Amino acid sequence: MSQENIQFPEHLLQEVGRQISKFPEGMQKSALLSVLHIAQAHFGRLTEPVMDYVARLLHILPIEVYEVATFYSMYDTAAVGKVKLEVCRTGPCMIEGAENIVAYIENKLGIKDGETTADGLFTLKTVECLGACGYAPMLQAGEKFHEHLTEAKVDELIEQYRNNPKANYLGL
Amino acid sequence: MDRKLLLEHIGVEGIQTHDVYRKQGGYKAVEKALKSMSPDDIVEEVKKSGLRGRGGAGFPTGMKWSFIAKPEGVPRHLLCNADESEPGTFKDRYLMEKIPHLLIEGMILSSYALGCNQSYIYIRGEYMYVLQILEKAIAEAYANGWLGKNIKGSGFDLDLAVSTGAGAYICGEETALIESLEGKRGNPRIKPPFPAVKGLWGRPTVVNNVETIAAVVPIVNEGGDAYAQIGIGRSTGTKLISASGNINKPGVYEITMGITVEEFIYSDTYCGGMKNGKKLKACVPGGSSVPILPHYLVCKTATGEDRLMSYESLSDGGFATGSMLGSGGFIVYNEDQCIVRNTWNFSRFYHHESCGQCSPCREGTGWMEKVLHRLEYGHGKMEDIDLLWDIQRKIEGNTICPLGDAAAWPVAAAIRHFREEFEWHVKEPKLCTTKNYGLVTEKKFEPVNA
Repeated sequence: MSQENIQFPEHLLQEVGRQISKFPEGMQKSALLSVLHIAQAHFGRLTEPVMDYVARLLHILPIEVYEVATFYSMYDTAAVGKVKLEVCRTGPCMIEGAENIVAYIENKLGIKDGETTADGLFTLKTVECLGACGYAPMLQAGEKFHEHLTEAKVDELIEQYRNNPKANYLGL
Repeated sequence: MDRKLLLEHIGVEGIQTHDVYRKQGGYKAVEKALKSMSPDDIVEEVKKSGLRGRGGAGFPTGMKWSFIAKPEGVPRHLLCNADESEPGTFKDRYLMEKIPHLLIEGMILSSYALGCNQSYIYIRGEYMYVLQILEKAIAEAYANGWLGKNIKGSGFDLDLAVSTGAGAYICGEETALIESLEGKRGNPRIKPPFPAVKGLWGRPTVVNNVETIAAVVPIVNEGGDAYAQIGIGRSTGTKLISASGNINKPGVYEITMGITVEEFIYSDTYCGGMKNGKKLKACVPGGSSVPILPHYLVCKTATGEDRLMSYESLSDGGFATGSMLGSGGFIVYNEDQCIVRNTWNFSRFYHHESCGQCSPCREGTGWMEKVLHRLEYGHGKMEDIDLLWDIQRKIEGNTICPLGDAAAWPVAAAIRHFREEFEWHVKEPKLCTTKNYGLVTEKKFEPVNA
């Protein structure tokens, strides 16, 4: 991606404007986390040129963007698949068999935790508590929580995402 | 006697929408407050109600509000902490998803009480779909004149917006939340100055949990005194409990403070008893940070009293034989669960979530995770148990924010109550990787006078 290609389409520029307008004049940096979510959804990941573009949009220094992009676990600075399968592994999910679900997905897709399938479609990632402990085991894909997972359910949703990677991307 | 103050209308079809919420009596508290109450009247009612912070710390909300500085000409801000990430806790998500206008109504009342004209809900990034529900509800509230300029002719203005995190447990700590809302890394600030004096953009700020803010609605509707009548002692009102683990009916329950833990676990109204008839081994009653209780201290205190679902009873006996109500993240373990594995799992969580600012936490959480990992996988030594004890003691109290304590307490409690299970992992390095220890033996405690 060259520098020139990095540009939000009009509707996303409007969305950036809406995020900035939530804050008082001069406090536009407060919109940074939201704008990074938009950038990641649109560009696939937060490359250095993408982060520099966000810095220009918000009139802040590139380093202010880099330090935030590398702090929060939802931001990807490295390449990931079109669909991230993020399986919760914490406490209650572990009790309910999260480890088996991870092993099942690893086996099915032929990748390990943190890896991406060769076709660039799926990335498997174990994550910490997503606040669905009563409906464990669970995983997040796009913006959707898939709960009470079973192997059959995993089969089903992998098929669903294979056909439509952005199936549950409700937002942008 | 089971009062529902927050979830009373949760089953009503369409309660997520303004019109249905309104038909069920929604926004009556705002009407009442703006018509007949001064901001100080509301603070007074909240003080009388005895409401305590529902995010985990249990600090009296009215008192927290009364600390807010009011320098002339400086805007103040109310921030709602919807960064729910404490393992075992999923009640705020439930409330926001099912009845978003209750939170909005609470935000209007609380902002009015504090004199804030621009308030924010900071929600964890993973709850993106909940954010969309909230934004829709906020738009409805604007359209119906509950937000914006001169609300219902009262002269009170309020703008409310939702902003998002991006995956960081630490942002549930109020000063880290403020940093994050300023578009920075979630590094907690040194206190003082407290947010009440210097918070968001250096302005006086109050940060309250979702459930705390929602509870202001029934307090204004029914009065602080009436609210204080519900519950037991200094644990007034109702509390949302997130129940998970080896029980028949995991989920979110609104309980009247003071019901027994036994009723909560075994009654069909709540958890519905242990799944598959297994035996209770342990319970973490208030989210992963609070001390784990062995089976014999769950339903009874060390002095043989019934253990109640209240701030006081759950902490009865201090950390020696008690725990905490915390955020109400109630995790139940049966006899097949391994305490060493669970403690390792929690330590990995805290290591992952440490912001890295303070050395005792940054280094200590990683060290504990490693030691626990080798114990769990049969490579541990007896000294490792004392080493763990030593590390957790050196983290506790030695960090800027409470994440250090939160990482230390579960390890300390696990060793305190389940030492024999840790020792078994050392003595049986092969067996412990294929079998679990089962129940620990009951220890006798000398009755302690308070």
